[in-house]
Amino acid sequence: MAPILEIKNLTHTYSAGTPFEHKALDSVSFSVERGEFIGIIGHTGSGKSTLMQHMNGLLKPTSGNVILDGVDIWQDKKTTRQARFRVGLVFQYPEYQLFEETVYKDIAFGPKNMGLKPDEVDRRVREAASFVNLTEAQLKVSPFDLSGGQKRRVAIAGVIAMEPEILILDEPTAGLDPVSREEILENIQSYRRAKNATIMMVSHSMNDVARLTERLLVMNGSRLAMDGTPDEVFTRAQELLDMGLDIPEVTRVFLRLRELGLPVDPVYSIDQAVAVLKKLKEGTAHA
Amino acid sequence: MATAISVEHLNYAYPGVDNTPGVAVFADLNLTVEEGSFVAILGSNGCGKSTLAKHFNSILLPSGGKVYVCGMDTANDDLLIKIRRNVGMVFQNPDNQIVANVVEEDVAFGPENLGIASPEIRKRVDNALKQVGMYEFRAHAPHLLSGGQKQRIAIAGIIAMEPKCIVLDEPTAMLDPKGRREVMDTVLKLNREKGITVVLITHHMDEAAQAQRVVVLHKGDVAADGTPKEVFSQVELLHRIGLAAPETVELCYELRQNGLHLPLDRLDIEECAQALYAEVKA
Repeated sequence: MAPILEIKNLTHTYSAGTPFEHKALDSVSFSVERGEFIGIIGHTGSGKSTLMQHMNGLLKPTSGNVILDGVDIWQDKKTTRQARFRVGLVFQYPEYQLFEETVYKDIAFGPKNMGLKPDEVDRRVREAASFVNLTEAQLKVSPFDLSGGQKRRVAIAGVIAMEPEILILDEPTAGLDPVSREEILENIQSYRRAKNATIMMVSHSMNDVARLTERLLVMNGSRLAMDGTPDEVFTRAQELLDMGLDIPEVTRVFLRLRELGLPVDPVYSIDQAVAVLKKLKEGTAHA
Repeated sequence: MATAISVEHLNYAYPGVDNTPGVAVFADLNLTVEEGSFVAILGSNGCGKSTLAKHFNSILLPSGGKVYVCGMDTANDDLLIKIRRNVGMVFQNPDNQIVANVVEEDVAFGPENLGIASPEIRKRVDNALKQVGMYEFRAHAPHLLSGGQKQRIAIAGIIAMEPKCIVLDEPTAMLDPKGRREVMDTVLKLNREKGITVVLITHHMDEAAQAQRVVVLHKGDVAADGTPKEVFSQVELLHRIGLAAPETVELCYELRQNGLHLPLDRLDIEECAQALYAEVKA
């Protein structure tokens, strides 16, 4: 099957021709299959946000192409506009963008702008609300009366209501407690399952990306530095540390155990670590 | 040791809108923070952390009970300026806290408002910027700085007022790992070298582990209070109230569930690796 999204030699230079000229993306290429869940990691200034903003045409490439479903999104105005609906972008702290009187109206803003019929808008608002566990009663209240985690979910529902084929989220769990974090990650998963949607998630939480995604893109110095499964990427833990990234504590513990002489491969989740150490302990007990 | 902040029988409810009942946050909260200490406050969203922080410099006033800061009653209007001068606040979003177009002017904003003489302001601004490691950026425009740098500017603005106490409400939540480290290193340095009392509200367990004392809030009350080792070894309590221990402790906890013999107070990588190594080799 053809990839849903292809990024070809994407380069973006900010403020070209001024003293502030800065190449934020440098010949980035990769392609994404329908239904994939991809994590994007990289330190601030590595080009993650610039990359995200190209995927639905908010930024225009200085050179290179963004090809959605076989068509360059900059081919003509109509295609660019379509890309904005087909690729949904959830920015950092999206709750600051809530503005309507009620949760319902806020979620309905996107689908209304798409020019959908009122029935369809209504269906989409309710479905999107259910993906993020908002109740019927909550649809009627002002979004500003909700807790931080709830507001975040309203903002995500507003993008989901446009039923994007590709949903891109920039740090969707930043600033939330562990329970709220887990809930939002669940919501994203359930949208993906229901619509066979492609998810791309920018995150500083190596734990989350390692646990949830099948593939990681690592951005460094405006370039795509790594592209592989979490296993492949975390095996290169030292390189990640050198890039100024945080790697999970369990991974660091395991790197140290290896230095101490234990025959262990790097792991990135507690479950993996438990399995490996249990086996190792049983091995020595029987020896 | 003297007390920096003392919360006595604090009762607080957010007022309701249009005759609806308010939201009760604290019924009877008691807490003291010693001068010169570094206290981390943990708790899930909605447990009252930020509400409590806002009581520390009279942004919110108790509905019942008292809050004393350096011996001053926060409800006493006449002391307001003095209280704000003694307790500086740093919030989550660096962009909401920067007011000027040039870094050093932003840092000078606080002391200017205190009516301090110009030469003294100059001295304080330079000192504050040096302490947060941003002196070479003094002539820069704040909006071109990274999140971690902006947050350090916000901290410098507080230090320039020479407060006894700094309250930080999730100062690293919007920062990347590098920015988080920069801010945490700055805060630790201020506490150790300048003896400034630090109250740090955070969701990051690894940050809380660097404090001298960790207080866990749950539903407006203190659920745990002690050294990081004492608090984080109560893994089951933390889970029950929607929190987690640092990963090293969670790992040891899970392995204990599987029959291995491990302590629950290993907060850093080296300690944890050593304990695991010893247990596997045993």
